[in-house]
Amino acid sequence: MSATITFSNVSKQFPGTSYYAVERLSFSVEEGEFVTILGSSGCGKTTLLKMINRLYEPDEGSIFLFGEDTAKIDVVRLRRGIGYVIQQTGLFPHMSIAENVATVPKLLKWDKERIQNRVRELLELVKLDPDEFQGRYPSQLSGGQQQRVGLARALAVEPEVMLMDEPFGAVDAITRTGLQDELLSLHRGLGKTFLLVTHDIHEAFKLGTRVMIMNEGKISQFDTPESIIRQPADEFTAALIRSAKEQEKMWEGYI
Amino acid sequence: MSEVWMNIQLYFASRLDEYLVCLWEHVSISILALLAAALIGIPCGYLCIRYVRCKKWLVGIFQILRIIPSLAILILLIPIMGTGVKPAMTALVLMAVPPILMNTADGFEEVPEFMLETAAGQGMTRRQIFWKVQVPLAVPYMLTGARTAVIEIVASASIAAKIGAGGLGGIIFTGLGLNRTDLLLIGGVSVALLSLMAGMIFGGLEKIFIPWRSPGRRRKDKVHRTRRKVL
Repeated sequence: MSATITFSNVSKQFPGTSYYAVERLSFSVEEGEFVTILGSSGCGKTTLLKMINRLYEPDEGSIFLFGEDTAKIDVVRLRRGIGYVIQQTGLFPHMSIAENVATVPKLLKWDKERIQNRVRELLELVKLDPDEFQGRYPSQLSGGQQQRVGLARALAVEPEVMLMDEPFGAVDAITRTGLQDELLSLHRGLGKTFLLVTHDIHEAFKLGTRVMIMNEGKISQFDTPESIIRQPADEFTAALIRSAKEQEKMWEGYI
Repeated sequence: MSEVWMNIQLYFASRLDEYLVCLWEHVSISILALLAAALIGIPCGYLCIRYVRCKKWLVGIFQILRIIPSLAILILLIPIMGTGVKPAMTALVLMAVPPILMNTADGFEEVPEFMLETAAGQGMTRRQIFWKVQVPLAVPYMLTGARTAVIEIVASASIAAKIGAGGLGGIIFTGLGLNRTDLLLIGGVSVALLSLMAGMIFGGLEKIFIPWRSPGRRRKDKVHRTRRKVL
Protein backbone atom coordinates (compact mmCIF):
# COMPACT_ATOMS: atom_id res chain seq x y z
CA MET A 1 0.00 0.00 0.00
CA SER A 2 1.16 3.52 -0.69
CA ALA A 3 0.77 5.35 2.58
CA THR A 4 1.03 9.13 2.28
CA ILE A 5 1.20 9.87 5.97
CA THR A 6 2.10 7.42 8.71
CA PHE A 7 2.08 8.18 12.42
CA SER A 8 4.07 5.77 14.51
CA ASN A 9 3.58 5.99 18.27
CA VAL A 10 3.44 9.79 18.24
CA SER A 11 3.03 11.63 21.55
CA LYS A 12 3.10 15.31 22.33
CA GLN A 13 2.87 17.06 25.65
CA PHE A 14 2.97 20.84 25.91
CA PRO A 15 5.24 22.31 28.53
CA GLY A 16 3.39 23.23 31.70
CA THR A 17 0.59 20.73 31.18
CA SER A 18 0.16 17.45 33.01
CA TYR A 19 -1.54 15.53 30.20
CA TYR A 20 -0.67 14.50 26.69
CA ALA A 21 -2.12 16.66 23.90
CA VAL A 22 -1.90 13.56 21.75
CA GLU A 23 -0.89 10.19 23.14
CA ARG A 24 0.73 7.29 21.27
CA LEU A 25 -0.99 7.85 17.96
CA SER A 26 -0.43 5.30 15.23
CA PHE A 27 -2.28 5.35 11.94
CA SER A 28 -1.79 5.60 8.21
CA VAL A 29 -3.47 7.71 5.57
CA GLU A 30 -3.47 6.36 2.03
CA GLU A 31 -2.82 8.42 -1.06
CA GLY A 32 -5.89 10.25 -2.34
CA GLU A 33 -7.91 9.86 0.83
CA PHE A 34 -9.98 12.64 2.34
CA VAL A 35 -9.59 12.20 6.07
CA THR A 36 -11.62 14.33 8.42
CA ILE A 37 -10.53 14.58 12.03
CA LEU A 38 -13.43 15.16 14.40
CA GLY A 39 -13.30 16.04 18.05
CA SER A 40 -14.24 18.64 20.61
CA SER A 41 -11.86 21.50 21.34
CA GLY A 42 -8.77 20.47 23.24
CA CYS A 43 -8.85 16.88 22.00
CA GLY A 44 -5.56 17.24 20.17
CA LYS A 45 -6.84 17.35 16.60
CA THR A 46 -5.12 20.62 15.71
CA THR A 47 -1.94 19.42 17.41
CA LEU A 48 -2.04 16.30 15.25
CA LEU A 49 -2.39 18.38 12.11
CA LYS A 50 0.36 20.82 13.00
CA MET A 51 2.80 18.03 13.69
CA ILE A 52 2.55 16.93 10.07
CA ASN A 53 4.05 20.17 8.75
CA ARG A 54 6.17 20.47 11.88
CA LEU A 55 4.66 23.63 13.27
CA TYR A 56 4.77 21.41 16.35
CA GLU A 57 7.41 18.77 16.89
CA PRO A 58 6.37 15.46 18.45
CA ASP A 59 7.99 14.51 21.77
CA GLU A 60 8.00 10.83 20.94
CA GLY A 61 7.44 8.72 17.87
CA SER A 62 7.88 9.51 14.20
CA ILE A 63 5.79 10.81 11.35
CA PHE A 64 6.46 9.58 7.86
CA LEU A 65 5.54 11.36 4.65
CA PHE A 66 5.75 8.98 1.69
CA GLY A 67 7.93 6.74 3.81
CA GLU A 68 10.37 9.52 4.69
CA ASP A 69 10.78 10.56 8.33
CA THR A 70 9.59 14.20 8.43
CA ALA A 71 12.04 15.01 11.22
CA LYS A 72 14.84 14.40 8.73
CA ILE A 73 13.39 16.52 5.92
CA ASP A 74 14.42 20.17 5.77
CA VAL A 75 11.49 21.93 7.42
CA VAL A 76 11.14 24.65 4.78
CA ARG A 77 11.18 22.13 1.94
CA LEU A 78 8.69 19.93 3.80
CA ARG A 79 6.24 22.80 4.29
CA ARG A 80 6.45 24.04 0.72
CA GLY A 81 5.20 20.63 -0.35
CA ILE A 82 2.21 20.69 1.98
CA GLY A 83 -0.81 22.96 1.55
CA TYR A 84 -2.01 24.57 4.76
CA VAL A 85 -5.34 26.31 5.33
CA ILE A 86 -6.61 27.66 8.65
CA GLN A 87 -9.86 29.07 9.94
CA GLN A 88 -8.64 32.67 10.15
CA THR A 89 -7.41 32.28 6.53
CA GLY A 90 -4.09 33.88 7.42
CA LEU A 91 -4.15 35.89 4.20
CA PHE A 92 -1.59 38.65 4.30
CA PRO A 93 -3.54 41.91 4.53
CA HIS A 94 -0.79 43.95 2.87
CA MET A 95 -0.72 41.82 -0.25
CA SER A 96 -3.24 41.75 -3.07
CA ILE A 97 -5.14 38.54 -3.75
CA ALA A 98 -2.79 37.73 -6.63
CA GLU A 99 0.27 38.26 -4.43
CA ASN A 100 -1.24 36.13 -1.68
CA VAL A 101 -1.91 33.26 -4.03
CA ALA A 102 1.57 33.61 -5.51
CA THR A 103 3.32 33.39 -2.12
CA VAL A 104 4.85 29.94 -2.50
CA PRO A 105 5.55 30.16 -6.27
CA LYS A 106 7.44 33.38 -5.51
CA LEU A 107 9.41 31.68 -2.76
CA LEU A 108 10.28 29.01 -5.29
CA LYS A 109 11.34 31.76 -7.73
CA TRP A 110 9.04 30.88 -10.59
CA ASP A 111 9.22 33.31 -13.50
CA LYS A 112 6.63 36.07 -13.71
CA GLU A 113 4.56 34.72 -16.53
CA ARG A 114 4.28 31.28 -15.01
CA ILE A 115 3.15 32.82 -11.72
CA GLN A 116 0.57 35.00 -13.45
CA ASN A 117 -0.88 32.08 -15.35
CA ARG A 118 -0.95 29.91 -12.26
CA VAL A 119 -2.73 32.61 -10.24
CA ARG A 120 -5.45 32.92 -12.87
CA GLU A 121 -5.80 29.18 -13.06
CA LEU A 122 -6.08 28.83 -9.29
CA LEU A 123 -8.60 31.64 -8.87
CA GLU A 124 -10.74 30.06 -11.56
CA LEU A 125 -10.38 26.72 -9.79
CA VAL A 126 -11.87 28.17 -6.59
CA LYS A 127 -14.52 29.99 -8.63
CA LEU A 128 -13.31 33.56 -8.27
CA ASP A 129 -13.12 35.72 -11.39
CA PRO A 130 -9.41 36.59 -11.72
CA ASP A 131 -10.03 39.94 -13.41
CA GLU A 132 -12.40 40.93 -10.68
CA PHE A 133 -10.46 39.70 -7.67
CA GLN A 134 -6.73 39.50 -8.21
CA GLY A 135 -6.08 43.19 -7.64
CA ARG A 136 -8.14 43.44 -4.48
CA TYR A 137 -6.96 43.22 -0.91
CA PRO A 138 -8.21 40.56 1.52
CA SER A 139 -10.12 43.16 3.56
CA GLN A 140 -12.29 43.84 0.52
CA LEU A 141 -13.50 40.24 0.34
CA SER A 142 -16.21 38.40 2.25
CA GLY A 143 -15.29 35.61 4.64
CA GLY A 144 -16.23 32.91 2.16
CA GLN A 145 -14.26 34.57 -0.63
CA GLN A 146 -11.25 34.91 1.64
CA GLN A 147 -11.39 31.23 2.43
CA ARG A 148 -11.44 30.46 -1.30
CA VAL A 149 -8.31 32.52 -1.71
CA GLY A 150 -6.73 30.68 1.22
CA LEU A 151 -7.52 27.44 -0.55
CA ALA A 152 -6.10 28.69 -3.84
CA ARG A 153 -2.92 29.81 -2.08
CA ALA A 154 -2.49 26.42 -0.43
CA LEU A 155 -2.96 24.65 -3.77
CA ALA A 156 -0.49 26.88 -5.61
CA VAL A 157 2.36 24.43 -6.15
CA GLU A 158 0.22 21.31 -6.33
CA PRO A 159 1.06 19.88 -2.92
CA GLU A 160 0.58 16.14 -2.49
CA VAL A 161 -1.01 16.77 0.90
CA MET A 162 -3.47 19.44 2.02
CA LEU A 163 -3.92 20.21 5.70
CA MET A 164 -7.00 22.18 6.69
CA ASP A 165 -7.75 23.35 10.19
CA GLU A 166 -11.46 24.16 10.49
CA PRO A 167 -11.34 26.03 7.19
CA PHE A 168 -15.06 26.80 7.19
CA GLY A 169 -15.42 27.49 10.91
CA ALA A 170 -15.91 31.22 10.43
CA VAL A 171 -18.30 31.33 7.46
CA ASP A 172 -22.08 31.28 7.57
CA ALA A 173 -24.01 28.04 7.15
CA ILE A 174 -25.12 28.58 3.56
CA THR A 175 -21.69 29.62 2.34
CA ARG A 176 -20.21 26.71 4.25
CA THR A 177 -22.39 24.15 2.49
CA GLY A 178 -21.37 25.57 -0.87
CA LEU A 179 -17.69 25.57 0.03
CA GLN A 180 -17.92 21.99 1.28
CA ASP A 181 -19.41 20.83 -2.01
CA GLU A 182 -16.67 22.59 -3.92
CA LEU A 183 -13.98 21.15 -1.70
CA LEU A 184 -15.35 17.68 -2.41
CA SER A 185 -15.27 18.19 -6.16
CA LEU A 186 -11.81 19.74 -5.84
CA HIS A 187 -10.63 16.64 -4.03
CA ARG A 188 -12.10 14.38 -6.66
CA GLY A 189 -10.50 16.39 -9.44
CA LEU A 190 -7.05 16.62 -7.92
CA GLY A 191 -6.73 13.19 -6.38
CA LYS A 192 -4.48 14.53 -3.63
CA THR A 193 -4.55 13.57 0.03
CA PHE A 194 -6.69 15.89 2.14
CA LEU A 195 -6.76 16.13 5.94
CA LEU A 196 -9.41 18.33 7.47
CA VAL A 197 -9.91 19.11 11.14
CA THR A 198 -13.40 20.02 12.30
CA HIS A 199 -15.65 19.96 15.33
CA ASP A 200 -18.76 19.80 13.17
CA ILE A 201 -19.93 16.19 12.97
CA HIS A 202 -22.00 16.81 9.84
CA GLU A 203 -19.03 18.33 8.06
CA ALA A 204 -16.81 15.44 9.12
CA PHE A 205 -19.17 12.76 7.85
CA LYS A 206 -20.08 14.63 4.69
CA LEU A 207 -16.53 15.28 3.53
CA GLY A 208 -14.46 12.39 4.81
CA THR A 209 -13.78 9.19 2.95
CA ARG A 210 -12.63 8.17 6.40
CA VAL A 211 -13.37 9.91 9.67
CA MET A 212 -11.03 9.96 12.64
CA ILE A 213 -12.79 10.57 15.92
CA MET A 214 -10.52 11.92 18.63
CA ASN A 215 -11.08 12.17 22.34
CA GLU A 216 -8.58 13.37 24.93
CA GLY A 217 -5.55 12.94 22.75
CA LYS A 218 -6.42 9.47 21.52
CA ILE A 219 -8.19 8.06 18.50
CA SER A 220 -11.59 6.68 19.44
CA GLN A 221 -12.31 5.37 15.99
CA PHE A 222 -10.87 5.74 12.51
CA ASP A 223 -13.08 4.31 9.83
CA THR A 224 -15.44 5.08 6.98
CA PRO A 225 -18.46 7.20 7.94
CA GLU A 226 -20.77 4.24 7.31
CA SER A 227 -18.90 1.86 9.59
CA ILE A 228 -18.74 4.43 12.35
CA ILE A 229 -22.46 5.08 12.25
CA ARG A 230 -23.24 1.35 12.13
CA GLN A 231 -20.77 0.29 14.77
CA PRO A 232 -19.50 3.01 17.10
CA ALA A 233 -16.31 1.70 18.66
CA ASP A 234 -16.80 3.19 22.11
CA GLU A 235 -19.18 5.13 24.30
CA PHE A 236 -17.74 8.52 23.25
CA THR A 237 -18.35 7.87 19.57
CA ALA A 238 -21.81 6.50 20.30
CA ALA A 239 -22.67 9.60 22.31
CA LEU A 240 -21.43 11.80 19.50
CA ILE A 241 -23.66 10.10 16.96
CA ARG A 242 -26.63 10.17 19.31
CA SER A 243 -26.26 13.91 19.80
CA ALA A 244 -26.11 14.45 16.05
CA LYS A 245 -29.28 12.42 15.58
CA GLU A 246 -31.03 14.39 18.27
CA GLN A 247 -30.19 17.61 16.48
CA GLU A 248 -31.75 16.17 13.34
CA LYS A 249 -34.93 15.40 15.25
CA MET A 250 -35.35 19.03 16.15
CA TRP A 251 -35.93 19.84 12.47
CA GLU A 252 -38.23 16.96 11.72
CA GLY A 253 -41.20 18.39 13.60
CA TYR A 254 -41.25 21.40 11.29
CA ILE A 255 -40.99 19.71 7.93
CA MET B 1 -1.35 96.55 14.17
CA SER B 2 -0.71 97.96 10.73
CA GLU B 3 2.76 98.84 11.91
CA VAL B 4 3.42 95.18 12.72
CA TRP B 5 2.13 94.16 9.30
CA MET B 6 4.39 96.68 7.62
CA ASN B 7 7.37 95.49 9.61
CA ILE B 8 6.65 91.95 8.53
CA GLN B 9 6.54 93.01 4.89
CA LEU B 10 9.73 94.95 5.36
CA TYR B 11 11.42 91.95 6.92
CA PHE B 12 10.58 89.69 4.01
CA ALA B 13 11.58 92.36 1.51
CA SER B 14 15.00 93.08 3.01
CA ARG B 15 16.02 89.97 4.90
CA LEU B 16 14.51 87.10 2.93
CA ASP B 17 17.92 85.43 2.61
CA GLU B 18 18.31 85.33 6.36
CA TYR B 19 14.80 83.92 6.73
CA LEU B 20 15.44 81.18 4.20
CA VAL B 21 18.67 80.21 5.97
CA CYS B 22 16.80 79.93 9.27
CA LEU B 23 14.06 77.93 7.60
CA TRP B 24 16.55 75.58 5.99
CA GLU B 25 18.40 75.12 9.28
CA HIS B 26 15.16 74.31 11.01
CA VAL B 27 14.11 71.79 8.37
CA SER B 28 17.49 70.08 8.21
CA ILE B 29 17.79 69.80 12.00
CA SER B 30 14.31 68.31 12.11
CA ILE B 31 14.97 65.79 9.35
CA LEU B 32 18.27 64.72 10.89
CA ALA B 33 16.72 64.35 14.32
CA LEU B 34 13.85 62.31 12.89
CA LEU B 35 16.21 60.01 10.99
CA ALA B 36 18.37 59.48 14.06
CA ALA B 37 15.31 58.83 16.21
CA ALA B 38 13.98 56.32 13.68
CA LEU B 39 17.36 54.63 13.51
CA ILE B 40 17.29 54.16 17.27
CA GLY B 41 13.56 53.74 17.83
CA ILE B 42 12.70 51.13 15.20
CA PRO B 43 15.37 48.54 16.11
CA CYS B 44 14.68 49.13 19.81
CA GLY B 45 10.97 48.65 19.15
CA TYR B 46 11.72 45.31 17.54
CA LEU B 47 13.96 44.32 20.46
CA CYS B 48 11.04 45.08 22.76
CA ILE B 49 8.89 42.35 21.27
CA ARG B 50 11.76 39.95 20.62
CA TYR B 51 12.95 40.02 24.21
CA VAL B 52 10.25 40.82 26.72
CA ARG B 53 12.69 41.84 29.41
CA CYS B 54 14.14 44.44 27.07
CA LYS B 55 10.79 46.13 26.79
CA LYS B 56 10.48 47.03 30.44
CA TRP B 57 13.90 48.63 30.44
CA LEU B 58 13.82 50.38 27.11
CA VAL B 59 10.35 51.82 27.49
CA GLY B 60 11.10 52.81 31.07
CA ILE B 61 14.31 54.62 30.22
CA PHE B 62 12.84 56.54 27.32
CA GLN B 63 9.68 57.41 29.23
CA ILE B 64 11.76 58.99 31.99
CA LEU B 65 13.89 60.88 29.49
CA ARG B 66 10.71 62.10 27.87
CA ILE B 67 9.42 63.59 31.08
CA ILE B 68 12.43 65.89 31.41
CA PRO B 69 11.59 69.08 29.50
CA SER B 70 13.60 69.59 26.31
CA LEU B 71 14.87 72.90 27.58
CA ALA B 72 16.22 71.26 30.75
CA ILE B 73 17.97 68.59 28.69
CA LEU B 74 19.50 71.28 26.50
CA ILE B 75 20.91 73.13 29.48
CA LEU B 76 22.05 69.90 31.14
CA LEU B 77 23.89 68.91 27.99
CA ILE B 78 25.87 72.14 27.71
CA PRO B 79 28.57 71.10 30.21
CA ILE B 80 28.97 67.78 28.40
CA MET B 81 28.62 68.77 24.77
CA GLY B 82 28.99 72.49 24.78
CA THR B 83 26.66 74.59 22.65
CA GLY B 84 25.59 74.28 19.01
CA VAL B 85 23.87 71.65 16.97
CA LYS B 86 25.11 68.55 18.82
CA PRO B 87 23.32 69.01 22.18
CA ALA B 88 20.24 70.32 20.39
CA MET B 89 20.11 67.22 18.21
CA THR B 90 20.58 64.99 21.24
CA ALA B 91 17.66 66.59 23.05
CA LEU B 92 15.41 66.34 19.98
CA VAL B 93 16.32 62.72 19.35
CA LEU B 94 15.69 61.75 22.97
CA MET B 95 12.28 63.33 22.71
CA ALA B 96 11.42 61.70 19.38
CA VAL B 97 12.49 58.14 20.15
CA PRO B 98 9.64 57.10 22.51
CA PRO B 99 6.72 57.56 20.11
CA ILE B 100 8.60 55.75 17.35
CA LEU B 101 9.79 52.99 19.65
CA MET B 102 6.44 52.31 21.24
CA ASN B 103 4.49 52.42 18.01
CA THR B 104 6.98 50.09 16.35
CA ALA B 105 6.67 47.64 19.24
CA ASP B 106 2.88 47.86 18.98
CA GLY B 107 3.09 47.25 15.26
CA PHE B 108 5.09 44.06 15.65
CA GLU B 109 2.90 42.93 18.51
CA GLU B 110 -0.26 43.44 16.49
CA VAL B 111 0.76 40.85 13.90
CA PRO B 112 -1.38 37.93 15.00
CA GLU B 113 0.22 34.62 15.93
CA PHE B 114 -1.82 32.69 13.36
CA MET B 115 -0.48 34.94 10.60
CA LEU B 116 3.09 34.05 11.51
CA GLU B 117 2.11 30.42 11.73
CA THR B 118 0.54 30.32 8.27
CA ALA B 119 3.58 32.11 6.91
CA ALA B 120 5.79 29.45 8.45
CA GLY B 121 3.34 26.76 7.36
CA GLN B 122 3.79 27.82 3.76
CA GLY B 123 7.50 27.32 3.98
CA MET B 124 8.80 30.82 4.64
CA THR B 125 12.09 30.97 6.47
CA ARG B 126 12.41 33.07 9.61
CA ARG B 127 14.01 35.85 7.64
CA GLN B 128 11.32 35.77 4.95
CA ILE B 129 8.62 35.94 7.60
CA PHE B 130 10.35 38.94 9.12
CA TRP B 131 10.80 40.92 5.91
CA LYS B 132 7.70 39.87 3.99
CA VAL B 133 5.13 39.71 6.77
CA GLN B 134 6.20 41.30 10.04
CA VAL B 135 7.91 44.42 8.72
CA PRO B 136 5.27 45.40 6.14
CA LEU B 137 2.56 44.97 8.74
CA ALA B 138 4.47 47.07 11.27
CA VAL B 139 5.28 49.90 8.81
CA PRO B 140 1.94 51.71 9.28
CA TYR B 141 2.61 51.85 13.01
CA MET B 142 6.14 53.10 12.45
CA LEU B 143 4.75 55.87 10.26
CA THR B 144 2.25 56.83 12.94
CA GLY B 145 5.08 57.02 15.44
CA ALA B 146 7.23 59.05 13.07
CA ARG B 147 4.34 61.43 12.47
CA THR B 148 3.91 62.12 16.17
CA ALA B 149 7.67 62.46 16.52
CA VAL B 150 8.15 64.87 13.63
CA ILE B 151 5.47 67.24 14.85
CA GLU B 152 7.13 67.40 18.24
CA ILE B 153 10.57 67.78 16.72
CA VAL B 154 9.60 70.70 14.48
CA ALA B 155 7.99 72.51 17.37
CA SER B 156 10.78 71.85 19.85
CA ALA B 157 13.57 72.61 17.40
CA SER B 158 12.74 76.29 18.03
CA ILE B 159 14.21 75.96 21.50
CA ALA B 160 17.46 74.69 20.06
CA ALA B 161 18.24 78.21 18.89
CA LYS B 162 18.67 79.07 22.55
CA ILE B 163 22.00 77.24 22.57
CA GLY B 164 23.07 78.36 19.15
CA ALA B 165 21.80 75.61 16.89
CA GLY B 166 20.06 78.06 14.58
CA GLY B 167 16.68 77.63 12.96
CA LEU B 168 13.44 79.57 13.12
CA GLY B 169 13.80 79.68 16.90
CA GLY B 170 16.49 82.29 16.35
CA ILE B 171 13.94 84.71 14.92
CA ILE B 172 11.60 84.07 17.85
CA PHE B 173 14.32 84.67 20.44
CA THR B 174 15.44 87.85 18.70
CA GLY B 175 11.83 88.99 18.69
CA LEU B 176 11.59 88.25 22.41
CA GLY B 177 14.81 90.10 23.13
CA LEU B 178 13.94 93.18 21.12
CA ASN B 179 10.24 93.08 22.02
CA ARG B 180 9.39 92.93 18.30
CA THR B 181 5.96 91.47 17.63
CA ASP B 182 6.62 91.14 13.91
CA LEU B 183 9.60 88.83 14.45
CA LEU B 184 7.68 86.78 17.00
CA LEU B 185 4.85 86.33 14.52
CA ILE B 186 7.14 85.43 11.65
CA GLY B 187 9.01 82.83 13.69
CA GLY B 188 6.00 81.41 15.49
CA VAL B 189 3.70 81.14 12.46
CA SER B 190 6.49 79.61 10.37
CA VAL B 191 7.10 76.91 12.98
CA ALA B 192 3.39 76.20 13.25
CA LEU B 193 3.00 75.92 9.47
CA LEU B 194 6.08 73.73 9.19
CA SER B 195 4.73 71.44 11.88
CA LEU B 196 1.38 71.14 10.13
CA MET B 197 3.07 70.44 6.82
CA ALA B 198 5.25 67.71 8.31
CA GLY B 199 2.14 66.09 9.75
CA MET B 200 0.39 66.27 6.39
CA ILE B 201 3.35 64.80 4.54
CA PHE B 202 3.31 61.80 6.85
CA GLY B 203 -0.41 61.48 6.44
CA GLY B 204 0.20 61.28 2.71
CA LEU B 205 2.97 58.73 3.16
CA GLU B 206 0.61 56.51 5.13
CA LYS B 207 -1.83 56.53 2.24
CA ILE B 208 0.89 55.61 -0.24
CA PHE B 209 2.52 52.90 1.82
CA ILE B 210 -0.58 51.22 3.14
CA PRO B 211 -3.14 51.13 0.36
CA TRP B 212 -4.71 48.00 1.85
CA ARG B 213 -6.00 50.09 4.71
CA SER B 214 -8.26 52.21 2.57
CA PRO B 215 -11.27 50.12 1.60
CA GLY B 216 -12.65 50.41 -1.88
CA ARG B 217 -9.27 51.11 -3.39
CA ARG B 218 -7.85 48.54 -5.73
CA ARG B 219 -4.38 48.21 -7.07
CA LYS B 220 -3.82 47.44 -10.73
CA ASP B 221 -7.53 47.67 -11.21
CA LYS B 222 -7.38 50.69 -13.48
CA VAL B 223 -5.79 48.54 -16.14
CA HIS B 224 -8.66 46.13 -16.00
CA ARG B 225 -11.23 48.89 -16.10
CA THR B 226 -9.86 50.37 -19.28
CA ARG B 227 -9.42 46.99 -20.87
CA ARG B 228 -13.02 46.14 -20.20
CA LYS B 229 -14.15 49.38 -21.80
CA VAL B 230 -12.19 48.64 -24.95
CA LEU B 231 -13.71 45.22 -25.15
